[in-house]
Amino acid sequence: MKILSHPAAMLGIVLGFVLLGRVLPAWTLSLATVAASNSLIALGIVVLARTGNVSFGQGLFYAAGGYGVALIANSWGLTDAVAQVMIGAVCGGLLGLVIGPLISRYTGIFFGMLTLALSMVLYGALVKTTALGGSDGFNVGRPTLFGNVFTDPREADFMLYSVSVIATGLAGVAATVYFRSELGLMSLAVRANNLRVEYLGISANRIVAINFVIAAVFAGASGALSLMAQRHIDPQFAYWTTSGEFVFVAILAGYQSVAAVFVASLALELVRSFSNLYLPNTWQLVLGAFLLAVILFLPLGIGSLWTSTKRKGSEPDAPAPGATVTEPAE
Amino acid sequence: MTPVLAVEGLNKRFGAVVAADNLNITIPAGQKVSLIGSNGAGKTTFVNLVTGYLKPDSGKIELEGRAIGKQSPRDVARLGISRSFQIPQLFIELTAAENVIVAISGTKASPLSFTSPAEAQNRREQALVLLDRLGLRATADRPVSELAGGVRKLVDIAMAMARRPHLLLLDEPTSGVSAEEKFSTMDRVIQAVTQDAGTIVFVEHDMDIVTRYADRVLAFYSGRILSDGHPDTVLKDADVRRYVTGGAR
Repeated sequence: MKILSHPAAMLGIVLGFVLLGRVLPAWTLSLATVAASNSLIALGIVVLARTGNVSFGQGLFYAAGGYGVALIANSWGLTDAVAQVMIGAVCGGLLGLVIGPLISRYTGIFFGMLTLALSMVLYGALVKTTALGGSDGFNVGRPTLFGNVFTDPREADFMLYSVSVIATGLAGVAATVYFRSELGLMSLAVRANNLRVEYLGISANRIVAINFVIAAVFAGASGALSLMAQRHIDPQFAYWTTSGEFVFVAILAGYQSVAAVFVASLALELVRSFSNLYLPNTWQLVLGAFLLAVILFLPLGIGSLWTSTKRKGSEPDAPAPGATVTEPAE
Repeated sequence: MTPVLAVEGLNKRFGAVVAADNLNITIPAGQKVSLIGSNGAGKTTFVNLVTGYLKPDSGKIELEGRAIGKQSPRDVARLGISRSFQIPQLFIELTAAENVIVAISGTKASPLSFTSPAEAQNRREQALVLLDRLGLRATADRPVSELAGGVRKLVDIAMAMARRPHLLLLDEPTSGVSAEEKFSTMDRVIQAVTQDAGTIVFVEHDMDIVTRYADRVLAFYSGRILSDGHPDTVLKDADVRRYVTGGAR
């Protein structure tokens, strides 16, 4: 398992998934594209959750990325898929840089509610802005890749699938490296005890702000991917239910593993698609039952299936010195 | 020579409660000072004021001649004061080594890295050296949630030592440690701490520990210093026996 989490191995897995797209049925390509795009934004929520904060308003950056790309595509005719993902990431990241330092002063429910409020402010503004299509939004053209235009629907779907899987995969590799880094460990420390972090001479707010900006970058890129898949954008991108869906993926995944985010996103899409297909009137019920089951049996998320095993395996055999001391009166 | 810590006219009230009443304390470098006093006497308030967690109502706090009374705990830590806590403040999901690595990472002058592994060889080695000094090497890879209270206390002290502070404040380092182990634990702490921080202030209720390890004792009562001097002198003081030790020695 350890070798699979090496960045080189992860890049190999990403490449494998891209090639797999060549043999997958056409309908699974669009499902996997959506799952990859959703897991990218959920990965950002997981990055943020490692500091103990949950954003209920990632739709803000998702919409910022989507609208930014859509406006540039329609104004300047920039249709290259890779460039669009990068522009989406930059748009989300720039907005994150403005909001992150301010919002990092808050924690817990205040943090979550503020993110939600900000996303709904954007939603309200977008609905009222007729220049951006108001509540109907507007369309964008078909994406291209390095100057190649894809007229065959199967090829267009495969291109989009590849771009989504590669973008999300690279974000996953980056997140894995980040989780193991100094800042990654410090994020867990902030989550556990932010005051102690301050007593060690480290700014807990700064750590939260950094993670917030990373989450915003991922959300912006995810917005760009969704835009390319739908070729349409509207204020729903910033709506609270859209943000809530990404939080669901993050909760399913837990905060301990990058791979779990992809598994959770794919699982959620599969459950949603199949329950919608076979139980069209009660699919929400099936989805709810699935979520409840995961929360009940895997309270730390799907990732805890393999990360908790790893932790237990690290215990030494020798008894700890001082183990005979008594517990303090706490 | 400039003292490590100089406190002048320090006052702090919580409503009607006087937690620090015109405190004047000077601590030269190299001293091991023990703060004693009954619950509510103002010992922990003093520690919280010095470390920036509480802001004084009036008065001056200086670290090596530099005013720190209005600084945040983060800035005070960067200037050279570290502390441990009565109830250990650890990162409960992390291992003992990871806890110390976080503390070591905080001592860097350069920004924290996005890519450099937290458990890079040099940082882990430094953490193991610190844990080893306190006899905790075998616990390095155990989550602190699994450690006994006294061991957690030592991990907390190891974290405070990571910055090689000019002044180290230890809040009841032996509370929760069994009677048989308290001297060996304190021996380890003093031995480990004196290698880096010459000046130590420790809050203590155990008078055996105080007489054995302190060069100087400050006896607190109702936010005031009741007595200040060598342990033998202070612990024989009639007021200290009456209000603080209850005639313990």
